[in-house]
Amino acid sequence: MGDSMTTHTRMTRTRPWTQPSSHWLALRTLSIATFAAIVAAFSLVFFYAPLDADQGFIQKIFYLHVPLGIVALVGFIVAGIHAVRHLRSGDPVHDARSYVSIHISVIFGVAVLVTGSIWARASWGKWWVWDEPTLVSFLIVFLLYATYYPLRYAIEDRDRQARYASVFAIMAGAFVPLNFIAVRLAETLLHPRVFATAEGGMPGSMWLTFLVSLFGIALLWVTLVGFELAAKDASAQLARLRRALQPRPAAGSGRRSSAPATVSAMRKSNARLAGKSRGPRGPE
Amino acid sequence: MPALPLDEAGKYVAGAYLAFLALLLVYVAIMAAKLQRIDRELRSLAELAEERRGDGDKP
Repeated sequence: MGDSMTTHTRMTRTRPWTQPSSHWLALRTLSIATFAAIVAAFSLVFFYAPLDADQGFIQKIFYLHVPLGIVALVGFIVAGIHAVRHLRSGDPVHDARSYVSIHISVIFGVAVLVTGSIWARASWGKWWVWDEPTLVSFLIVFLLYATYYPLRYAIEDRDRQARYASVFAIMAGAFVPLNFIAVRLAETLLHPRVFATAEGGMPGSMWLTFLVSLFGIALLWVTLVGFELAAKDASAQLARLRRALQPRPAAGSGRRSSAPATVSAMRKSNARLAGKSRGPRGPE
Repeated sequence: MPALPLDEAGKYVAGAYLAFLALLLVYVAIMAAKLQRIDRELRSLAELAEERRGDGDKP
């Protein structure tokens, strides 16, 4: 009884990670809020927003496609801001935030391209139109950010990798609003302009639905970034723990321990060290 | 181009929303696998640390 109590106390003392930290609790709250916001948004889309007089039911894709596009592009700009902060401070946390922002925005970009293609097929009868500046410019931005991964992982040195990735994120982040302005200035527009038109734009109910969708998708982006950062942090802590548990080389052996070690290799080495500490072993 | 009839448009709208949900689901599945791997490795390391502590406690 006393033994089990001691073991229990030791286990609780030595395993603080079994208790959810405030970070994970915040993520849980954020996840619930995101789920509620997206359910509310989709309910408004299908049960509240009126049918578009011109496009009919197909216009419902707008409430998904446009918020995804806006959030992805804003995410790229946020990544650029984190990259600036990384270059100014040298803090790797900002580099991680920049990387994760780009990562989630690229995923959202895939969703924009897929939903946009489906909408184009239904509206224009084609999956893709090459003479439409909005589509092509988004594709250019997407492909630009797709090159971020090979650029980043082509550099082995961690510091250089982070610095070059930050420079890329700033340059590409600055390109996003410039690209947006260039497209708005383009003359031939096939892509619908629904927010401000000569006919007066969207009615209030459509605006409300759109804003709730935008809020839900933005919250989803923040939640996914939070989870990705938490996973990255956990991986980093794990690597730290692995290094700390790695056996130190014997004094005077003249050989550094080979890193990184796997858990099974460390277990073997642990057993070997334990055997040595118990005294010389007999012939096998 | 005239608006598509509801039965025709419904397929495209459902396709777009389902594609989004599928993408989200794939992402969540990848994240779950990643977290599972971290958890597994963390447990092994914790066991290893406890084994070492046990060996260290022995006279």
